[in-house]
Amino acid sequence: MPEPHKPPTPPQRAAGGVGTSPVRPDATAKVNGAFEYASDLRADRMLWGHTVRSPHPRARILGVDTAAAEAIPGVAAVLTHADVPAAKHYGLIESDQPVLAADGTHYQGEPVALVAAEDLETARLAAESVKVDYEVLEPRCDPRRAVELGEVFRHQPVRIGDPDLTEPAVVVTREYVVGMQDQAPLGPESGLAVPSPDGGVELRVATQWLHSDLDQIAPCLGLEPDMVRITMAGIGGAFGAREDLSVQIHMAMLALKTGRPVKMMYDRAESFLGHVHRHPARMRYEHGADAEGRLLYVKAEIVLDGGAYASTTDAVVANAASLAVGPYEVEHVAVDVWGAITDNPPCGAMRGFGGVQTCFAYESQMDALADELGISPVEIRRRNAVSQGSKLITGQLIDAPAPLADMLGRFTAMPVPAIAAERDAADLPGGFGNTTRGEGVVRGVGYGVGLKNICYSEGFDDYSTARVRLELVDGEPVAFVHTAAAEVGQGHQTLQAQIARTELGVERVELLPADTSVGSAGSSSASRQSYMTGGAVKAACEAVRELWTERDLADGPIEAVREFRHRETKPMDPVTGQGDSHVQMALCVHRATVDVDVELGLVKVVELTAVQDVGTILNPVALEGQIHGGSAQGLGLAVMEELVMDEGRVRNASFTDYLIPTILDMPPMRLDILENADPAAPYGLRGAGEPPTLSATPAIVAAIRDATGLPLTRVPVRPEHLVGTP
Amino acid sequence: MNTQLKDPNDVSVGRTKEMFHRPTDIEEAVSCLAAHPGAVPIAGGTDVMVGVNYRRLRPAAMIDLTGVVELREWSDEGDAIRIGAGVPYARIIDDLGGVLPGLAAASRTVGSPQIRNRGTLGGNLATASPAGDAHPPLLAAGAKVEIASTAGRRTVPAADFYTGPKRSVLAESELIAAVIVPKAAGPQQFLKVGNRGAMVISVCSFALSLDVEGRAVGAGIGSAGPTPLRATEAESIELPWDKSGPLGDETVERFGALVAEAARPIDDVRGTAAYRRHALAVCARRALLRAWKELLCDWN
Ligand SMILES: Cc1cc2nc3c(=O)[nH]c(=O)nc-3n(C[C@H](O)[C@H](O)[C@H](O)COP(=O)(O)OP(=O)(O)OC[C@H]3O[C@@H](n4cnc5c(N)ncnc54)[C@H](O)[C@@H]3O)c2cc1C
Repeated sequence: MPEPHKPPTPPQRAAGGVGTSPVRPDATAKVNGAFEYASDLRADRMLWGHTVRSPHPRARILGVDTAAAEAIPGVAAVLTHADVPAAKHYGLIESDQPVLAADGTHYQGEPVALVAAEDLETARLAAESVKVDYEVLEPRCDPRRAVELGEVFRHQPVRIGDPDLTEPAVVVTREYVVGMQDQAPLGPESGLAVPSPDGGVELRVATQWLHSDLDQIAPCLGLEPDMVRITMAGIGGAFGAREDLSVQIHMAMLALKTGRPVKMMYDRAESFLGHVHRHPARMRYEHGADAEGRLLYVKAEIVLDGGAYASTTDAVVANAASLAVGPYEVEHVAVDVWGAITDNPPCGAMRGFGGVQTCFAYESQMDALADELGISPVEIRRRNAVSQGSKLITGQLIDAPAPLADMLGRFTAMPVPAIAAERDAADLPGGFGNTTRGEGVVRGVGYGVGLKNICYSEGFDDYSTARVRLELVDGEPVAFVHTAAAEVGQGHQTLQAQIARTELGVERVELLPADTSVGSAGSSSASRQSYMTGGAVKAACEAVRELWTERDLADGPIEAVREFRHRETKPMDPVTGQGDSHVQMALCVHRATVDVDVELGLVKVVELTAVQDVGTILNPVALEGQIHGGSAQGLGLAVMEELVMDEGRVRNASFTDYLIPTILDMPPMRLDILENADPAAPYGLRGAGEPPTLSATPAIVAAIRDATGLPLTRVPVRPEHLVGTP
Repeated sequence: MNTQLKDPNDVSVGRTKEMFHRPTDIEEAVSCLAAHPGAVPIAGGTDVMVGVNYRRLRPAAMIDLTGVVELREWSDEGDAIRIGAGVPYARIIDDLGGVLPGLAAASRTVGSPQIRNRGTLGGNLATASPAGDAHPPLLAAGAKVEIASTAGRRTVPAADFYTGPKRSVLAESELIAAVIVPKAAGPQQFLKVGNRGAMVISVCSFALSLDVEGRAVGAGIGSAGPTPLRATEAESIELPWDKSGPLGDETVERFGALVAEAARPIDDVRGTAAYRRHALAVCARRALLRAWKELLCDWN
């Protein structure tokens, strides 16, 4: 007879534990269509909410007439700025964004009024019937002009040494532009608000950080935080788009006003206007190197367009500044990053978070230097590569493994694929458009390296909470894990169960719904949830195990709650940018091979190989998914994804014209995953979701340059850039 | 199974019997249309429902054409194929790739498998978007559109069908019954430029149709003008039909230039006018070279 339910000592390789790839708890439902996304939520007597949005990027609001809308049969409420119960503004870092616009609007699509009606169609009709009297003003859309005028959310310099004292053998100066990328999550912003008998409200919403939502919602509703209860709803992608609030306060206001459940769900056009985007960037870079290609100095002026409201621009600026030269050693640096205030759509979090824009620029610069010096792109990177013991330009020591030179060397064992004799349309640029059968096709190869910080930086009190209860169910020990961590598709739920199995040696793990009845887990962003909530679940399990050694599970459940914190970080110095601002650094290297139809300017990425150091592999399948997905988003930015702006207006707020890669555009990927553990992190892990998003873009553009010989300083690269027409 | 998932009342369109009609033959369909002015015919719904979802369209009533058998069938008429307006792209690809290679090639580029299963030729024509992929091969092949109303039937050449952006000769009281497409009398090509491997609205497209016996060239242009266009000047290019040898570079260049000249493109979010002209010249050259190569193979 086996020992009766003894704690494992020490934790061992458990079936379905850390290091394995158990089936996701939501896998079956997602495959057979039964999964309940936020857009599928419903309740008895439910009303539909809808938002009235400003069509103008910048306007004064002279009046809002709701009478016609209210007169429509089936309309239950029409609310304006005056109806916002308490605080009128909210925001992730700064509360500067109006819940509903009062005197004016500052970007196209800014919410002005709300309606609730018996059905969606009536709600839409009512929204169209709300008459807003606008005095249209000329929008301020030029971020560089905003910087000149000092209209910025943040300016962050970095200064070390003195670039002007160096004596470079070669200097390359270029200006780079990154267009406005969108997270384009397939699930639109959706949720359900249900008024509770005690005067509070229950929200079900697909979000990235339940407690940050709570902190912003409750003050606007004028409710105590415990009167607002938020539960995570089924999410259809996030990528940063769900860090800022969307439907939350609006549907809660409508529910509280009408006393009925209210559902809101954006349509696709609204979704594009209703969430923040990746900051477009204009970047002037100057790199000086010696004759061997060793970097002597880097100067950079980087303007990020923050748009109308602060969102997370402050933190994006800090990332862009601290990561401005990438994973290279350099002693003389003068970097300035500005986050401009304009009447363009607000920009904020998107996978890569300030690291993507600069990575495109500094990697393009490394290639330009290599070109000038006649050395290979791999060699120039190797000569300048950071390693454990190097310093970032912020003065922060890289104290964990950072084997970039080794990573670059690994490509020699993975040769570029040969050109197949028989190629299907799907393998060629233009795809099924049948534009080439080989005519005009030239091949190119390029490399890209990205350096990304993991977890929240600059002194932020970043923590996560986990509650773990071990209990006998039908004579078997079952672990109940409760956190508020948002499962955004990355597989975090699976990982929580894996950790509980490993730490407690149990087979069965029950995951409680993520909600605000447990402490904050922090955001599912910054590649931090494995580290932070993984760390919290591990700590809580360890505590339970400890208690378990002292008593018999048959005497009752054992429970522990733990908060997990990473090491402390410091703000960047406002003048020099110096400071240990980051928790952990992660590296990814891509090689891209492209076939370019040089006559039509169409690109097919035929190979994308990634080498990434993840410290420790916790779940191989989920990890590969993250690298594939991050690479695909990088590919999208390289060759197709851009919200095209015209004087503050988005011209392509639909999937007809905002193109994202399909399976046909993504080549099968080869991955070489390294495990150089970070001793400071739980299980030695290193955050993995973002780094591939950085390096894929410059690798692909470098490959296109290799094929075409064109300078290509702007992403996405459009066909007309490659054929030389306007 | 998932009864909680989808509620047909989500969008309150077509809820009642008076708002939704499902005729079973064309006569009934056109009578229904005459009896309900403002009613919107719906075939695959891949254009109509996008309009409804974006509130560009609030039909007072809908006439579902999927029950009309005649519209769902194609037939061999000797020299031509008569394709019912409700035949989806997937059937054109599966059944007609041999006799109508140009139209089948264009059909293959439409949307995704789901769209090709539902989307129809009649819907593409009635929408009359300059970017519709069926138009260039229909123009190149000299197809005719058969139109039905309570007054009877009339036939309009594809070249006369389009009158402006998303406008055609089709009156509110009329339905498209069929499209009559001459069988290929030589090589046909279709090239569609889009900035994604599939599932993309064309930036510009080009269809070529060679009639070896008739020594005729057909050239259709998509997404590069207010309507789909025929490149008539290019169609009158002299080709060395007798010599059965390769085409001279000059001929190929000239053909490309004439096609580019025939275009009337604009700058929009999908591409610039200059790029479209450039790309059309490239596509036209490639199409002609490929078609000629195919001819040479046949001759030798
Ligand atoms: C995701 C997506 C991708 C797409 N990709 C492409 C693409 O790559 N290329 C392309 O060309 N199009 C594309 N489309 C557009 C659309 O699929 C095509 O235009 C299709 O041919 C429309 O056919 P349907 O049967 O669905 O038309 P419906 O939507 O049913 O009808 C379209 C219009 O035609 C009218 N109509 C339909 N049948 C008749 C008839 N017999 N007589 C008179 N009027 C009629 C309707 O009233 C309506 O005005 C795409 C659409 C979607 C949603």
